[in-house]
Amino acid sequence: MTAATPTTPRPAVIEVDDLVTHYGTRRILDSVSLRVRQGEIMVIMGGSGSGKSTLLRHLLALEKPTSGRISLLGQDITQMDEFELYALARKMGVAFQGGALFSSMTVGENVMLPLQEHTKLDRGTMQIMMRIKLEIVNLAGFEQLMPSELSGGMIKRAAFARAIIMDPALLFCDEPSAGLDPVVSAALDELILRLRNALGMTIVVVTHELESAFRIADRITVLDRGRILATGTVEEIRGSSNPRIQNLLNRRFDEETLDPDEYMKRLTGEGAPAR
Amino acid sequence: MPAAEARPAAALRMLEGIGRASARGLAAVGFGATLLSDSVWWIARGRQHGQVVHAAPVFAEMMAIGIRALPIVTLLSATIGLMLALQGIYSLRQFGAEQQVVLGVALGITREFAPLITGILVAGRSGSALAARLGTMTISNEIDALRVMGVNPVRFLVVPSLLALLVMLPCLVLWSELVALGAAGVYVVGELGTTFGVYVQEVNRAVATGDLMHGLGKTAIFAVLIALVGIVDGSAVKGGAEGVGRVTTNAVVHGITAIVFTDMLFVFATTR
Repeated sequence: MTAATPTTPRPAVIEVDDLVTHYGTRRILDSVSLRVRQGEIMVIMGGSGSGKSTLLRHLLALEKPTSGRISLLGQDITQMDEFELYALARKMGVAFQGGALFSSMTVGENVMLPLQEHTKLDRGTMQIMMRIKLEIVNLAGFEQLMPSELSGGMIKRAAFARAIIMDPALLFCDEPSAGLDPVVSAALDELILRLRNALGMTIVVVTHELESAFRIADRITVLDRGRILATGTVEEIRGSSNPRIQNLLNRRFDEETLDPDEYMKRLTGEGAPAR
Repeated sequence: MPAAEARPAAALRMLEGIGRASARGLAAVGFGATLLSDSVWWIARGRQHGQVVHAAPVFAEMMAIGIRALPIVTLLSATIGLMLALQGIYSLRQFGAEQQVVLGVALGITREFAPLITGILVAGRSGSALAARLGTMTISNEIDALRVMGVNPVRFLVVPSLLALLVMLPCLVLWSELVALGAAGVYVVGELGTTFGVYVQEVNRAVATGDLMHGLGKTAIFAVLIALVGIVDGSAVKGGAEGVGRVTTNAVVHGITAIVFTDMLFVFATTR
């Protein structure tokens, strides 16, 4: 892992400045700022409800933030119109948690779809490119199957193949190892490392799996209750003295200290925000 | 005085409920209108923005919506035609006017029954399928996946279904008219002791081009309604598989309601 760490600081390709987001009146992310450098694997880590999925949805321009700036490859996506976003999307790949393969298409058609939509290549070329990518994710020969015929790990790998079919500069992975057995999960981690090392992709991985995070990350950002607790290398995060990070690392349940008045209000529903 | 206080509170809650439901309905209609205008825009201008409406999915949808519905449309249309002839002769016999049955049957089928029955059938078959697909795609992040792939979901999912319905529903209705008139003819010819040739001539005399256009005109509106209701309901999905089931049912109920109601308005506006 250390061999792959860049020696000279490379330019940041993902820049998030002071991002604030709400669902309704509830604040989900609070002044989140983040830099991901070119060729880096950044793992965004946090428990459920920490806001990591929301942060990813904003990085993908699927949600509009309340305030703040998100810049991908030097372009501010909060200021872009639909067509500019579609153009930028060609340089991005996303592997969703559940794969999000189109169930009415075969694995091969799924993987080829971005090529079909964005290029004028002839079908034969597209099929070769599709097979190359399936080879990379160890799914060669499965192109005729429907997604419903694949196992969970295979679906995730097919989703990876689709995400990298356009050779994107940025790759986003949502919970790549969630719900997989340790062996398959390790294989996916290996795949992520290989993609970065071989193709120089900048990769953002959102996960709550510690083991996987430590294995693949160049740097880790720890999110907690919508705020960034820390950003640093694996060693820095491991050595952090922050009690909440230590709780997360040691899988300790964090007992919240609660004001008795606050507790009463919660029970009686008085303090509940108006719907 | 808890009882006296409870009553206005309950009335208020009911009013609030009605208000919320109306707002939701209005929002759905607005969403549908946006989808329709977006679809027209993508058909006209998509190519300039690198978002071409491909022919293959349109044909696939036409196959699913139109061709595969042929057997059931044929069966229902034949039954309806036969039934209309039976009822027509029965009621006209009371005045000894059963010779006039062809006029009623022919106009009834072309202006009303074929469009309505086919519309309801396709709403049940394809409107629900559309809602189920949209619902499933929404909950499994497939719509998000399209967006982050740089593919506009309206252009990719809505336009093919809309175009296929706009082409295939009128075709199905024409077929339905033929079958229903044929089935009615078989009974009329047997019952009144004429020939099929005479029956066809009478149908020709009874049905003007205007009557055909009346039927096909509202069929086009039904096609748009079925597509939009299916998509609007489907994308309103919440929760998992159960949610998909709910939006599918909604799509059928809303689709049929929209068709019958629009039919009434159309007839009211064009027939008086």
